[in-house]
Amino acid sequence: MAEAAAAFGVYRRLVGARIRSQLQYRLSFALSVTGVALVTFLDFAVILVIFGQIDALAGWSVAEVAFLYAVSSLAFALTDLAIGHLDLLPRMIRKGDLDAMLTRPLGSLFQVVAADFALRRLGRVLQALVVLAVAIALLEIPWTAGRVAMLVVMVVAGAAIFAGVWIAFATIAFWLVDSMEVANAFTYGGSFLGQYPIAIFGAWLRRFVIFVVPIAFVAYFPSLYVLDKPDTLGMPAALQVASPLVGAVSLLAGWLVWQNAVRHYRSTGS
Amino acid sequence: MALVELEGVEKSFPIWERHGRVRRRRRIVRAVDGVSFRIERGTMVGYVGPNGAGKSTTIKMLIGILVPSAGRVSVAGLDPVRRRIDVARRLGVVFGQRSQLWWDLPLQDSFDLLRHIYRVPFGRWRANLDAFVELLDLAPLLATPVRQLSLGQRMRGELTAAMLHDPELLLLDEPTIGLDVVAKARVREFLARVNRERGVTVLLATHDLGDIERLCSRILILDRGRVIYDGELEELKGRYGYERTLIVDLEEPAPPLAVPGARVERVEGPRQWLRFRRDDVSAAELTAAVAERARLLDLAIEEPDVEEIVRRIYVEGMAGEAVTPAT
Repeated sequence: MAEAAAAFGVYRRLVGARIRSQLQYRLSFALSVTGVALVTFLDFAVILVIFGQIDALAGWSVAEVAFLYAVSSLAFALTDLAIGHLDLLPRMIRKGDLDAMLTRPLGSLFQVVAADFALRRLGRVLQALVVLAVAIALLEIPWTAGRVAMLVVMVVAGAAIFAGVWIAFATIAFWLVDSMEVANAFTYGGSFLGQYPIAIFGAWLRRFVIFVVPIAFVAYFPSLYVLDKPDTLGMPAALQVASPLVGAVSLLAGWLVWQNAVRHYRSTGS
Repeated sequence: MALVELEGVEKSFPIWERHGRVRRRRRIVRAVDGVSFRIERGTMVGYVGPNGAGKSTTIKMLIGILVPSAGRVSVAGLDPVRRRIDVARRLGVVFGQRSQLWWDLPLQDSFDLLRHIYRVPFGRWRANLDAFVELLDLAPLLATPVRQLSLGQRMRGELTAAMLHDPELLLLDEPTIGLDVVAKARVREFLARVNRERGVTVLLATHDLGDIERLCSRILILDRGRVIYDGELEELKGRYGYERTLIVDLEEPAPPLAVPGARVERVEGPRQWLRFRRDDVSAAELTAAVAERARLLDLAIEEPDVEEIVRRIYVEGMAGEAVTPAT
C-alpha cells in the first residue's frame, strides 16, 4: 500500500511537471484543445449523415448510436490523454530514453506512462462529453441506481480495455522499428468499431471485437443494460455487466505482454 | 567481496544481414566475449577501448539493462538482471551522449523529481544538493530549463543528478565528450572529490586518456569484446612506450632538429613533429632544447590516444591475451 502511494506521488509529480510546461503557453493550449474538439466532431458528423438516409441501424436509433459513440469516444479519449504517448515508444527506444529509464529504481511501463500527459487531447474528452449529454437528453432512460453506476463504470472499464490493447500493441516497437501504424490500427481502429452496434458487423468481425480485442465491452454490451435494450444477438445477459472484469483482464494482459517485450529487449538490445 | 564482479561475461546480439533481394540471414555478433574483472570499493577505474569494443554493452549489463548471454555479473552482491531496481538505488549513471534530466524543466525541478524517484530522505537530499551546488557552482543555473544549458553546464547538472541519492557506484560513459578544457577540468575535479571524500567507487569509460591520467590508477582496456590490459596506468606507459609528440612551428624551414631524448618523426616546411617519452625528457626541457636551436613561433603537445595504445599492444605481440601485471 505504501508502495502504491509512493508510486502515485511520483506519477503525480512527473505528470504535473509535464502539465505545467504545457500550460506555459495558454493561448496555444486553448487553440489546440478547441481544434481537437472540432476535428473529432467531424467524426460524429459521419453518424449524422448515415441517419440522414435511414431511421435505425440494426434496431438502434440515432440517439442510441450517439450514446454508443459518446461512451466509446470518452473511454478512448481518457486513455489517449493518459497513455497516448505510447505511440512515441519507437523514438524512446531509438534515442535511448528507455535505457535511461531502466537506470532508475522504477518499473519501465510506469515510467513510460508517466513520461507525458497530452493535455491538448482534452478536446476529445470535451467533444465526447457534449455528445453524451445530448444523447442522454434525447433518450428516455429509465434511470435506476444500477444504471447510473453502470454509466460511470462502463467509461472507466472502457478506458482500461483500451489501455490494455494500446499497451499490448505498442510493444511491437520492441521488435519492429516503424510499427505504430500496426498498433494504431488496433487502437484508433478499435475505438471506431466501438462506436457502432456490433449487430451490424459480420460474424467474424463480431467475434473479433468480443474475444480478441474486446471492444464490444466498452460500449455495446453495457449500453444494452443502461438503455434497457433487448440483445438482438441473443448473447448471455451476464456479458452486459462484464465490462469491469474484461477491463481488468485487458490491463493485466497488456502488462504481461509489456513485461515479456521488455525481457526480449533486454536480451537482444534492439 | 568486491563491489563489482564480472566472471566470463559474454553478450551476443543477433544481427540480420541481407542475402539477395529479400532473404535475410541471422548472424550472431559477440559484442562482449568473456570479460572478467572485479572492482574494489572506493577505487576509481578507467575503462577504455576503441568504438565498438564493448564498453557500453558491459556498462548496460552492470545496470541490468542488458542480460548477459553467459557468465556472471554482480553489483554489491546483487544480480542486476533479477534485482534491477535494488541495483538502481545503489548506482549513479552518467551518459555523456544522453541526458538523465528533464528537458523542459528547470534544473531544480529535475533534482526535486529525483528525490521522490529515489526516495531520498529530505535532509540527506538537501545536504547533498547544497554540497554539489557549491562544488559545481550551479546556483545561478537552478532556475534554467535544461534545454537552455550549454553542454558543460548540463554535464554539471548530470553529475549532481547522479549523486543525489548517495550511490555506491558511479558509472560514467564518456562524461567529458565534447567539453572544453575548463569544463573537463571541472568534471575531473568533481569525480576526484566524490571519490576521496565520499568513498564512491567510480568506473569511468572514456576515450580521453587525459581523464584516466588525472583520476585513475588502474586502467582496463577492452578491444573486440575482450580485456586486453588490466593494470596500472604507469606500468602501461612504461611497457608500451607511451610516447607523446611535440609539434613545433619554427620561424623558417629547418633540417630535422637534433634534440637529445626525442626523434623527429615528420617535417613539413617549418613544422616538425618530435616524438619523446616522458621518462626520458620533460616537455619543458624539450621545448627549451628546441628553442636553443631554432626560433620557435608556436608549439603543441599531442597525447597518444586509446587507439594508438591498443595498436601498440598488438604490435608488441600481446594480441588476444589479457595482460595482467604481477600483483
